[in-house]
Amino acid sequence: MSDTGTATPFPHRHLLGIEGFSPDEITLLLDLADTYAERREKRSLLAGRTVINLFFENSTRTRTSFELAAKRLGADVINMQVEASSVKKGETLIDTAMTLTAMHPDVLVIRHPESGAVQLISEKVDCAVINCGDGSHEHPTQALLDALTIRRRKGRLGGLVVAICGDILHSRVARSNIALLNIMGARVRVVAPRTLIPAEVDRLGVEVFHDMRQGLKDVDIVMMLRLQLERMQGSFVPSLREYFHFFGLDYAKLAVAKPDALIMHPGPMNRGVEIDSEVADDIDRSLIRQQVEMGVAVRMACLDMLTRHLGQEPGPGPEPELEPAWNGNR
Amino acid sequence: MPKKRNYLLQGARLLDPETGRDEIGSVLVMDGEIAAIGAAPSFPDLPEKLITVACGGHCLAPGLVDMRVHLREPGAEHRETMDTAAEAAAAGGVTTMVGLPDTDPPIDDVALVEFVARRSREIKKADIRTYAAATRGLAGKEITEMGLLAEAGALAFTDGGTAIANARVMQRALSYARTFGLLVIQHPEEPSLSSPGGMNSGEIATRLGLPGINPVAEIIMVERDLRLVEATGGRLHVAHVSTEAAIDAIRRAKARGLPVTCDTAPPYFALNETSVGDYRTFAKLSPPLRSEWDRRAVVGGLKDGTIDVIASDHSPWDQDSKRLPFTSAASGIVGLETLLPLSLELYHNGHLTLLDVLRRLSLGPAAILGLKAGRLAVGAPADLVLFDLDRPRRIAIADFKSKSKNSPFDGRPVQGFVLKTLYRGRLVFDAASS
Repeated sequence: MSDTGTATPFPHRHLLGIEGFSPDEITLLLDLADTYAERREKRSLLAGRTVINLFFENSTRTRTSFELAAKRLGADVINMQVEASSVKKGETLIDTAMTLTAMHPDVLVIRHPESGAVQLISEKVDCAVINCGDGSHEHPTQALLDALTIRRRKGRLGGLVVAICGDILHSRVARSNIALLNIMGARVRVVAPRTLIPAEVDRLGVEVFHDMRQGLKDVDIVMMLRLQLERMQGSFVPSLREYFHFFGLDYAKLAVAKPDALIMHPGPMNRGVEIDSEVADDIDRSLIRQQVEMGVAVRMACLDMLTRHLGQEPGPGPEPELEPAWNGNR
Repeated sequence: MPKKRNYLLQGARLLDPETGRDEIGSVLVMDGEIAAIGAAPSFPDLPEKLITVACGGHCLAPGLVDMRVHLREPGAEHRETMDTAAEAAAAGGVTTMVGLPDTDPPIDDVALVEFVARRSREIKKADIRTYAAATRGLAGKEITEMGLLAEAGALAFTDGGTAIANARVMQRALSYARTFGLLVIQHPEEPSLSSPGGMNSGEIATRLGLPGINPVAEIIMVERDLRLVEATGGRLHVAHVSTEAAIDAIRRAKARGLPVTCDTAPPYFALNETSVGDYRTFAKLSPPLRSEWDRRAVVGGLKDGTIDVIASDHSPWDQDSKRLPFTSAASGIVGLETLLPLSLELYHNGHLTLLDVLRRLSLGPAAILGLKAGRLAVGAPADLVLFDLDRPRRIAIADFKSKSKNSPFDGRPVQGFVLKTLYRGRLVFDAASS
């Protein structure tokens, strides 16, 4: 950092993805989130700062979670839902970003249906940017909250065996989790029919399974993914009932996992499609509620960490000397 | 507009891909044609008004014939006009370029073919030719008036950057074109297997969360079309091949004597899919940049002659078309001004001889399209390029004459910049004065 001259422990101006983070940086964020999870009182750390939630895609859970996190830190929060119709005309994307940056927000929290779109905006604005989902690319705060949930229950991430099951092909949650769990030394498996496995996914450091009973054998964590229902009508899998029969999580399939294996789901769930209701609601096995709870703590930690790079006065200060997010030219 | 003059180009390294000539000598240009050529040519009647150019041992070759250019005129003049394309061509040593019919309106009518010819005569900086659409409105359903369009000057028939997807339509196009001995050019990509907005499928697409375009989309279309060539006897040219298996299929077809040729574009031998990096839209092309394995196969295909031609696939896009998320951004890059130096990398890297590189840039496409260009011979049009083979320089998109600057090659160190370009005896580009 320019003012202290020492190496900054979290040298990132934006949070665009998990890929490229070091284990120490992730641990730093998780430790900070832990403290926020312990004590839930309202703070004034971000008093006077402005956080804009810019959503180009519908979302209730993530947007609410970010709004709550920012408000608990005392920030002013504005929610912007951009119409799906103007998303189609991608031309407006940079214009929208430029308009918003002219209002001098401190943090932009962005979700966009196209991979790479959040990074593109981050190159054009002078505030901190948090990616909360870009296309099929990354959803870093989801992976962080999943990691925090696991760590609080299991005490560690390293050495655990985690199976991620479902629509790996289209899932940004899967990509962020694969990256984070690998960085932290967990062993990752993916389980799905072949039509939902992206090409050369093994190169990302996962073992690939197409059978739940093999894929779940002796795992510590079962992470189910949401299946977009429109992808079920014969395009990627033939039907809901066939999918649930072979890839839906129920007690029978869970039986091959470790006896203390835990179940996770990023939500919202399709009960009876990818997960049996009883399993989802099993208070001994299911971490799904805790995930939502940790979401707020993790997002508080991210907002806290990224605003440390901003100037002391609210509104963007002098540009800190940080690693540029991206050096290429277009 | 530069005037037609008589030139004596002295002390040049003469390179003629037709005869294999490679020697220091001189060329006399009179009335827009090559009047004499040789190591010590005798000039009995030297004209009075003669401009002597000392070439200093630099390479003098036939002007390049670029058989794949998106002119954007008519319809998208904010991206490129025929005037700016001709400026870019002259700066790149290209003296003949053939436009694709996917303009707005598409070139599917005799009047539009004549429009291109008229613009070429007006501009006088390069021989601007055109293909005509293979199907009406590029819609892929009904074939166009190929005979009449060819009479008007259309060099071949293609739906541009869109594949003629329906097998029966392609069969009829090949068969009908054969009636008149005409050529059909295909964009080889099975649309139902392609992913709009994507990149080559594989690890990088998976990491970036981008839709993957499997090489199979290209291979299937090439193999299907080769079957149709066999069935109809029609002549086929496969545009911008980019995959090992497609090149193999064409190699086998040629060995069996089928009337098939193909080209590739510099990005497919100069780059691979890693150039997409962090969603660089300047590295978004159609077909997509492929794996390193495929890139090497393209070099191999050029080496053994399976790939007949290097074409620029010049695709100008304004900034707003590229400053978008990767999936929404336009595909393609400008190429007229980088065609020669990038192709010469094949020579400098020891893959092809200098004459072989030049053959794929001039004589090769001229022969496929039935043009007189591409030769250093007495009586041939004085379409010439003088270039410095060795001096290194960096590509600078800011210097491009093209209206659009969408190139992933900015800053790339290359050798082989154009010094002078002559088109029909007119000095249309001179590095010393530009």
